[in-house]
Amino acid sequence: MSEGAQVSEGSEVSVAAEAGRIAVRKTYKLYVGGAFPRSESGRTFEVTDHAGGFWANAALASRKDARDAVVAARKAFPGWSGRTAYNRGQVLYRVAEVLEGRRAQFAAEVRLATGVCRDEALAEVDAAVDRWVWYAGWADKIAQVRGGVNPVAGPFANFSVPEPSGVAAVLAPRDSALLGLVSVLAPAIVGGGTCVLVASARYPLPAITLAEVLATSDLPGGVVNVLTGQVAEVAPWLASHMDVNAIDVTGAPGGLADDLAVAAAGSNLKRVLRLPPVAWTADPGVDRMFGYLETKTIWHPMGL
Amino acid sequence: MDVTSSDSALRGFLHGLPGVDEVGARARAEELARRSVKADAKRLALDLAISMIDLTTLEGQDTPGKVQAMCAKARQPGYGAPPVAAVCVYPDLVPLCVAAVKGSPVRVASVATAFPSGRAALDVKLADVKSAVAAGADEIDMVIDRGAFLSGRYLAVSEEVAAVKAACGDAHLKVILETGELGTLDGVRRASWLAMLSGADFIKTSTGKVAPAATLPVTLVMLEAVRDFARFDGGRRVGVKAAGGIRTAKDAFRYLVLVNEVAGEEWLDPRYFRLGASSLLNDLLMQRVRMEAGRYSGPDYMTVD
Repeated sequence: MSEGAQVSEGSEVSVAAEAGRIAVRKTYKLYVGGAFPRSESGRTFEVTDHAGGFWANAALASRKDARDAVVAARKAFPGWSGRTAYNRGQVLYRVAEVLEGRRAQFAAEVRLATGVCRDEALAEVDAAVDRWVWYAGWADKIAQVRGGVNPVAGPFANFSVPEPSGVAAVLAPRDSALLGLVSVLAPAIVGGGTCVLVASARYPLPAITLAEVLATSDLPGGVVNVLTGQVAEVAPWLASHMDVNAIDVTGAPGGLADDLAVAAAGSNLKRVLRLPPVAWTADPGVDRMFGYLETKTIWHPMGL
Repeated sequence: MDVTSSDSALRGFLHGLPGVDEVGARARAEELARRSVKADAKRLALDLAISMIDLTTLEGQDTPGKVQAMCAKARQPGYGAPPVAAVCVYPDLVPLCVAAVKGSPVRVASVATAFPSGRAALDVKLADVKSAVAAGADEIDMVIDRGAFLSGRYLAVSEEVAAVKAACGDAHLKVILETGELGTLDGVRRASWLAMLSGADFIKTSTGKVAPAATLPVTLVMLEAVRDFARFDGGRRVGVKAAGGIRTAKDAFRYLVLVNEVAGEEWLDPRYFRLGASSLLNDLLMQRVRMEAGRYSGPDYMTVD
């Protein structure tokens, strides 16, 4: 490939060339179990910027990468869900801190991916950080809002507490490079669940950069696993996987969402999140976050 | 000449074995580990691996209930899988296992000889073996005296293995080398030959109580030893058992490839190759379910053992 001709402005190659240095190019890999492995299949695909120029190669995840990611997510589940809600909130807030520290990098990637102007890109990054902080604040409030003490006609203390469903498969939205990604990812883990995120095929690189943020901010490895590649290739395997407990089909293209919902129901009755399309800048509401929770109700006998 | 006739003859023989190219062995094991087993071959490999398992529980906390459940699973792993080769337990649980696997092809193996350290007087070890055999064990997994081996008292080790072999009667003898304590692959090769010369029916990598347990390079050296021994000793085929740390179907396949490529196809048989494992069986079953149902299964659908 004649890189010189195809490389876009703003990429590492052209920046380094201007400064007279050898380019330090980044290999975008997957994020599984806290590590950044290449695809088990060894495949990659070309990611282009908004103008169609070569940006980078990203790993093209296979079904076996999806399988490994589910194993990693399952392994991380007891630890993450077992933490106190307060501690989860702290860890998620830390993610927002690190995200904020990489503001310029994310803005550059959003620009390159979508072609928006600098101010718009910065506004999207800021909105993403704010969104993450908003969800971090929810961590130790979910139980009060979603749970409760129930009145019953009998000598029992009866209360309901929300519990995470387990491992979720999250298909990131196709129409947003960063804000939409953050808006589907944070609610999947704030309640104590773990997840396998399938990045949008159009904007995979911000998802991997976000994984770098997660890897360096006290979030235990395996709580979030990021796959890049073709959603239509890996999503059916996740939808039918007996060890996946929920699926968010937001990023499923065309008729695939229907197939995924059928596969999810036909295997182990996964919780399927199929929320109406929203503007990612709007108030996210609590549906997405509560969709990953189940209610445990406890009847505790009381002495008379 | 009988090389086990004296300490000096034995030392001369064992130290006369060619040294192991450690880097080469690692490279060969690594290269073979990259072979992939797919589709129909994978289906066959899964069932072969299951039929080679010595389903093992060697914990202080073993209860009769747990062992009984394990025996039931050994007879019928479920999902259409064949029974495993054997169950492997401590000697006091042998009578329970014998009753639980009666009428099935599953054999009962018992560890003995002051497992896992092997630190006891010979008569205590022999009593341990005899009680397990009397209780109905089909196979005895003994440990060698690593202290004697490492200090060069090869004849002592050899005599002990021979005495245990005599005490076994009809039971098959597996000799555990505990390769994680032998230091070098040269040591593994010598211990393998020492055990085979002294009457072992099987040589086994490890107790599972010492890290590292079974590794591919170690198993490679042991497979070479049984292959060469068969040529040396008029075709007597000794088996190999890899035990400890083999948890996934992928790991198991690597061992099967190794057996096929190093020892040869004749060793791809539960009579000559075993996998000592506990959690491996569930992973093999999950893979089996994946191939049958076309979707991934999960640990929620497997027994907790």
